[in-house]
Amino acid sequence: MVKKLFVPLVVVGAAMFAYAPFMILAAPYESTMGLVQKIFYFHASCGMAMFLASFVSGVGSAAFLFTKKPWADRWAVAGAEATVIIGLLVLVTGPLWAHKAWGVWWTWDVRITATFVMWMTFNAYLLVRRYGGPGSERLAAAVALFGMANVPFVYWSVNVWRTLHPKTSVIPTLQPGMRGTFWFCVCAFLLLTTVMVMLRSELEKRRQELDALYLAAED
Amino acid sequence: MTGFARAVWVITRKDLLVEARTREIFFTTAFFALACVLVFAFGFVQQGRAVGDVAAGILWIAIAFSGTLALGRAFERERHGETLRALLIAPIDRPALYVGKLIGILILMAAVEVIVVPLVALMFQAALFDHALLMLGLLAAGTVGFAAVGTLFAAMLVRARSRDVMLPVLLYPITVPVIIAGVRGTAALLQPEGGVPMARAWLAMLVFFDVVFITLALWTFEPVMTE
Repeated sequence: MVKKLFVPLVVVGAAMFAYAPFMILAAPYESTMGLVQKIFYFHASCGMAMFLASFVSGVGSAAFLFTKKPWADRWAVAGAEATVIIGLLVLVTGPLWAHKAWGVWWTWDVRITATFVMWMTFNAYLLVRRYGGPGSERLAAAVALFGMANVPFVYWSVNVWRTLHPKTSVIPTLQPGMRGTFWFCVCAFLLLTTVMVMLRSELEKRRQELDALYLAAED
Repeated sequence: MTGFARAVWVITRKDLLVEARTREIFFTTAFFALACVLVFAFGFVQQGRAVGDVAAGILWIAIAFSGTLALGRAFERERHGETLRALLIAPIDRPALYVGKLIGILILMAAVEVIVVPLVALMFQAALFDHALLMLGLLAAGTVGFAAVGTLFAAMLVRARSRDVMLPVLLYPITVPVIIAGVRGTAALLQPEGGVPMARAWLAMLVFFDVVFITLALWTFEPVMTE
């Protein structure tokens, strides 16, 4: 079922990414920021995709920790890798925009700090898995679980001191031409994330099977 | 005394007894905390005075760094003697083992703080004792939050490779809310006036954080420590 869906999803995703630049080009200019605002179509979409990936990883980790099912671990690692890669896109496109709009590359604002901390947590997850030696999947799962629980705290705590980042309430107030383009990009990035996570979890499955075969051959 | 409290007490007592005989972790971490303060002093003191409210940051970084060192050493000792396995085999609840280790670490960190806090107050002319009770609350809640996550991760890293590097790599991103709340709360107390309500808000957040993270740690300790 999943394998049958994979090729159509890749084709649709590729077509959407090919068309997205034209839609962004055609979308109206924002009155105060002009051209710079157009990065928002990819930046906010990447942000949403990152949340999707981290959610997959967090839920997979919790499931793995308590049920010890190998499929849960596969989804957890796939989600974590996608979070780190897409998170990097968010953290690069953000400062590019901030430098033009706010005049600084980086500021310790709520959303930025929370995203950065979350990105660091999933990097820690991958580091433990990679260099922690045998049995480190379980340790990594605990890291992902704590990382997920952390995000609301960081969010709230930084909110207490100051904020600069546009609120999510911006989205419903978008002009018609912008709104369609924005949701199109969001769908494209969510699709990309889904495809990446599917592919990576399939790869992890093969790797697990190979490991089992090696162990069987040695006995 | 119930079985749980008894098991906790036995483990804490064992850790304190070993520490009282060698005093290894206490002396090394306390000295390390001093070294941290010294290094930061060179970075943030100009013309004999600290810049801004930097004392709060220096205090919490010294606590976090020395706490990481204490956590690492406390579990290295268990690993070295192959005694963690014995503790895991012992017929006690896993949460009791966690709480026992946590209390041992907390007492150790508190002993280091007894030295570091007055020293920071003295060296950076920081009025840390003007609201002594609130400051004590911030320190206690912050240390509990840091050690609650730290004890779980240090325990589960005992069997991992490159554990010395892994502990700080995992611990700092996850305990960042403790550091934020501790530093901000202390900085609010150092304000000439009007900082008390702000410090109370940060203290409330620290307590909330402690509750969530101790719950999560008790919940995950068993599956994580089972081979």
